[in-house]
Amino acid sequence: MLLIYCPYCDVERAETEFHCGGEAHIARPSDPSQTSEEEWVEFLYMRSNTKGVAAERWRHIHGCGRFFNAVRDTVSDKFLKFYKAGETMPDLEKISKEAGK
Amino acid sequence: MKRYSFLELAKNAFSAHQNWGRQWRAPEPKAEYDVVIVGAGGHGLATAYYLAKEHGIRNIAVLEKGWLGGGNTGRNTTIVRSNYLWEESAALYNHAIGLWQNLSQELNYNVMYSARGVMMLAHTVHDVQVAQRHIHANRLAGVQNEWLTPEQAKEYCPPLNISKNIRYPVMGAALQRVGGTARHDGVAWGYARGADDLGVDIIQNCAVTGIRRSADGAVEGVETAKGFIKAKKVGVVAAGHTSVVMDMAGVRLPLESFPLQALVSEPVKPAFPCVVMSNTIHAYISQSDKGELVIGAGTDQFVSYAQAGGIHITNHTIDAICELFPHFRRMRMLRNWGGIVDTTPDRSPILSKTPVQGLYVNCGWGTGGFKATPGSGHVFAHTIAKDEPHPINAPFTIERFRTGRLIDEAAAAAVAH
Repeated sequence: MLLIYCPYCDVERAETEFHCGGEAHIARPSDPSQTSEEEWVEFLYMRSNTKGVAAERWRHIHGCGRFFNAVRDTVSDKFLKFYKAGETMPDLEKISKEAGK
Repeated sequence: MKRYSFLELAKNAFSAHQNWGRQWRAPEPKAEYDVVIVGAGGHGLATAYYLAKEHGIRNIAVLEKGWLGGGNTGRNTTIVRSNYLWEESAALYNHAIGLWQNLSQELNYNVMYSARGVMMLAHTVHDVQVAQRHIHANRLAGVQNEWLTPEQAKEYCPPLNISKNIRYPVMGAALQRVGGTARHDGVAWGYARGADDLGVDIIQNCAVTGIRRSADGAVEGVETAKGFIKAKKVGVVAAGHTSVVMDMAGVRLPLESFPLQALVSEPVKPAFPCVVMSNTIHAYISQSDKGELVIGAGTDQFVSYAQAGGIHITNHTIDAICELFPHFRRMRMLRNWGGIVDTTPDRSPILSKTPVQGLYVNCGWGTGGFKATPGSGHVFAHTIAKDEPHPINAPFTIERFRTGRLIDEAAAAAVAH
């Protein structure tokens, strides 16, 4: 089981308090009527499914209930960074270099 | 190929079974093949076998980064069934069920297919309605599936606890009698031996590191740990690592890879006659011919390539098993493990051509690919040989995520994700 840090509650809690929301920073098309089929496919279905360092969303369902983001290495399952929703995506390459990947 | 028979068995007994010989060669890769298959699991080996046997393409290499059958083929819970909801799936999984019947004879290799019945439990009113909808849909699609009352379910599987005072009492069950189990390693080994005999080179410990494309975009071959191998057609059958391999050709797929866990108990005498699964309380269980109880758990909730998984996931399954089968409560578990499964948004596989000329993909089997191994290999071989899908796998394209013709099998997939 993972230990996850909620940046809103400022606590580290067991994974069972959280729900994973999948890949982070997938922006919903701002003007649906002007969005092509290919863009919808990309938004709805296509995923990077990264083997390595990737950003994902988590929600503290049994705590504050809020969404936040985390950077995790999907090979070791080790978390490398937690940050609040709305913040820009951190430099994943830099984070993985610092983690020695 | 030395055919296995009773006479061979008797002959070899005289030399204490020391002279059976190898079942397949360990060749070095040639510079060029007609078809390269990436991934020597059950599906990849079956694809190579049917390409060689039914389509006359024998200049084939199957590349495997580990050892053959060492991925999800060696990690699954060996269940075979075809009681899916939609006609498209019924055709695909029933095609496999048809091939399972004579697979041991076809391959001259005992895959130990045992049609002992797969029983899916219903614990709530909603479950009962969903199960009966499946049964009716199956009946119309020519798939065998029937409804059992709790008492009939208990008669079919005596260890089942149907008392009313458990947290999720059994309200009935859907039984597919033609479902059952098969020996997972035997399937990979049987196909490997059959394919090797037809001239297919199975190259183990040879990871693919790149897919080379020509200026017009078509596939030219693959970069591997043992150098460049030229091939006009490449079939990717890489299960949990499909996204990684397809990324080498610049193709994005609607896949997410999750760890799925299983565990086995200490071996005991025959005590469990069939396969029982429960979607609602997340458990499935059968007994192998070695006597171990084979138990499948759910997936973790996050993308991961660590072949492990959280212990709370298996605990959750064990809770359910102990409630449904109280007499297993004191059994000890021997091993547990995880495999990486590639799931699609509609829980149906992708068996398809890709936007890249000469590149084909067989993926997205999620938590239940083993049952389809022969059928999947059979229609995928057709797709590669003819450069167009077999009528059975024509609906299972990548295109369906654009057209919206999804094949939603979330309820039939049986494992919680």
